[in-house]
Amino acid sequence: MFVLLLLGAIIVELFIAGLPAFQAFGIGFIWSTDWDPVQEVFGAGVSIYGTLVTAVLSIVLAVPLAFGIAFYLTELAPPWLRRPVGTAVELLAAVPSIIYGMWGFFVIVPAFATYVQPTLIDNLGELPLVGFLFQGAPFGTGIFTASFILAIMILPFIAATMRDVFEQVPPVYKESAYGLGATTWEVMRGVVIPYTRISVVGGIMLGLGRALGETMAVTFVIGNANRITTSLFGPGNTIASLVALEFGESEMGSLKLSSLLALGFILFVLSFVVLATSRYLLRSRLKA
Amino acid sequence: MNRRTMLLGAGAALTLPALGAHAQEARITGAGATFPNPIYQKWAEAARGAINMQVNYQSVGSGAGINQIRNRTVDFGATDAPLNAQQLTEANLLQFPTVMGSLVAIVNLPGIENDQMKLTGPILADIYLGKITRWNDPRIVAINAGLTLPNLAIAPAYRADGSGTTFVWVSYLAKVSQEWKDRVGVGTSVRFPAGTGARGNEGVAGTVRQVRGAIGYVENAYAITNRLTTTQIQNKAGNFVKPEHATFMAAAASADWSVPGFAADLVETTGPQAWPIVAPTFILLPTNPTDAARNANVRRFFDWAFKDGDRLAQELEYIPLPDVAKAAVRAAWATQFGA
Repeated sequence: MFVLLLLGAIIVELFIAGLPAFQAFGIGFIWSTDWDPVQEVFGAGVSIYGTLVTAVLSIVLAVPLAFGIAFYLTELAPPWLRRPVGTAVELLAAVPSIIYGMWGFFVIVPAFATYVQPTLIDNLGELPLVGFLFQGAPFGTGIFTASFILAIMILPFIAATMRDVFEQVPPVYKESAYGLGATTWEVMRGVVIPYTRISVVGGIMLGLGRALGETMAVTFVIGNANRITTSLFGPGNTIASLVALEFGESEMGSLKLSSLLALGFILFVLSFVVLATSRYLLRSRLKA
Repeated sequence: MNRRTMLLGAGAALTLPALGAHAQEARITGAGATFPNPIYQKWAEAARGAINMQVNYQSVGSGAGINQIRNRTVDFGATDAPLNAQQLTEANLLQFPTVMGSLVAIVNLPGIENDQMKLTGPILADIYLGKITRWNDPRIVAINAGLTLPNLAIAPAYRADGSGTTFVWVSYLAKVSQEWKDRVGVGTSVRFPAGTGARGNEGVAGTVRQVRGAIGYVENAYAITNRLTTTQIQNKAGNFVKPEHATFMAAAASADWSVPGFAADLVETTGPQAWPIVAPTFILLPTNPTDAARNANVRRFFDWAFKDGDRLAQELEYIPLPDVAKAAVRAAWATQFGA
């Protein structure tokens, strides 16, 4: 109850502090792509776009991998291997995000700039229809790199949830399927996934919530430009990263500070919706 | 009742030694700009032994520093971008400079050695505007006879976090390019039309080191300690100058300190050998202090730093204030607070 009150108070406080920005720019603040501190014109469009694209892209990258890990750990791995591998995956969650940021900046960015991006740009940049996604200069930083780092960060959350719910499938269902002559994959597809589908989606939402709010690791690798680029390798910005970068240089009572707090409010609402959805979907498992 | 007296007694016993220590060592707190942080920390360390003062400086950023001194939660604020006369009067603040720093352009180009490449202000502005996009652009080639410039895309890197460094850099670009002034303007963070942003000086330095064809701007101290490739830049007199002690001092010597708030403009000064991008950093001091003793201690600290701190500043690649400027600051203190 107390936590709920506190949560409500934070939302209200953020909204009140951000109100001047909403008043000055109207509801258009949410989709305006202007961010010009000199002219004092602010819009949330670029950072909302960056936040959503990186979060969704990281889910796209992480979910298949997490599914593979959970599938392997529950159905294929020899019992003596399950614990060490499972623990190793969970340990990924314990790595502080600043470490991911530094690793991203000093290892992944140069590797992407030298090997991954030039190859993708040369081979896919000329394709019809989707080519625009892969054009531009190979900086190494950008939306794609940020999504990649985020994918690794949220992997343990999704994989651990999936493994736990897969293990809760009553053995009698699986054994019946095996008794009818089903292969391991057929059991997975026909029994385990339908039985756990909702919990799996809930786990993914949990990862999505983390990806939406991640700050440090993203700031290091996203390129921090307040422009929308169509290319996946172009620089962008996310709400959390923009707030972290600009907060120290915004004066009290300025429109900029108010805009940053309004951004915080929007981020709060976004993550709140995602987490509420995840709790709703996971409710049967949480009760058990 | 008994218990209360006992508590009071215990409280007094705890406070007494603390009071004693307080009388021996003066304490002041400050917050603000990150750019002068290394020298303020160094001065604070030395002042402890020299004038028995403990200075606690937090480098939270110029904007946050201004907020904190407006709220009077610290004894002094520090900012890279000067406040104007009206802002100073409204907030009852006195502004004075402490040291100066210089910005340099850094590049990552195969086969280009330190201080070999020549650049001009308009070319730098057009690079950051995204109008010059390749290193073998005819305008760059024309002033760099003798250098073989590769056909490589230019990747401009800038500070993504709001910073005084960006403020100085864009005020230089606005001075040499009308288009920059009209399209982008000047501020601690601006809407850069091209390039990629990185966090902090170390982020820009890291990006330039990693990306072939990158160009960036950092404080000179960073370029020196990280052995980055700097360039020559053409100054207002038309000479190409290297970023070195003599050209920095030449810029400092030609500044006019008699402006309100000491907001001297050291960008594009007229000296024939002056480095074009030099800037002072400022302290904000309340003119209506809540605690007069602490306020006086802030002045005592910087007075000491003016007298004995130049060597430390130079060791960290900062440029000490010229004597005229120091005298002017001391005169301003005397006028404002009495002797």
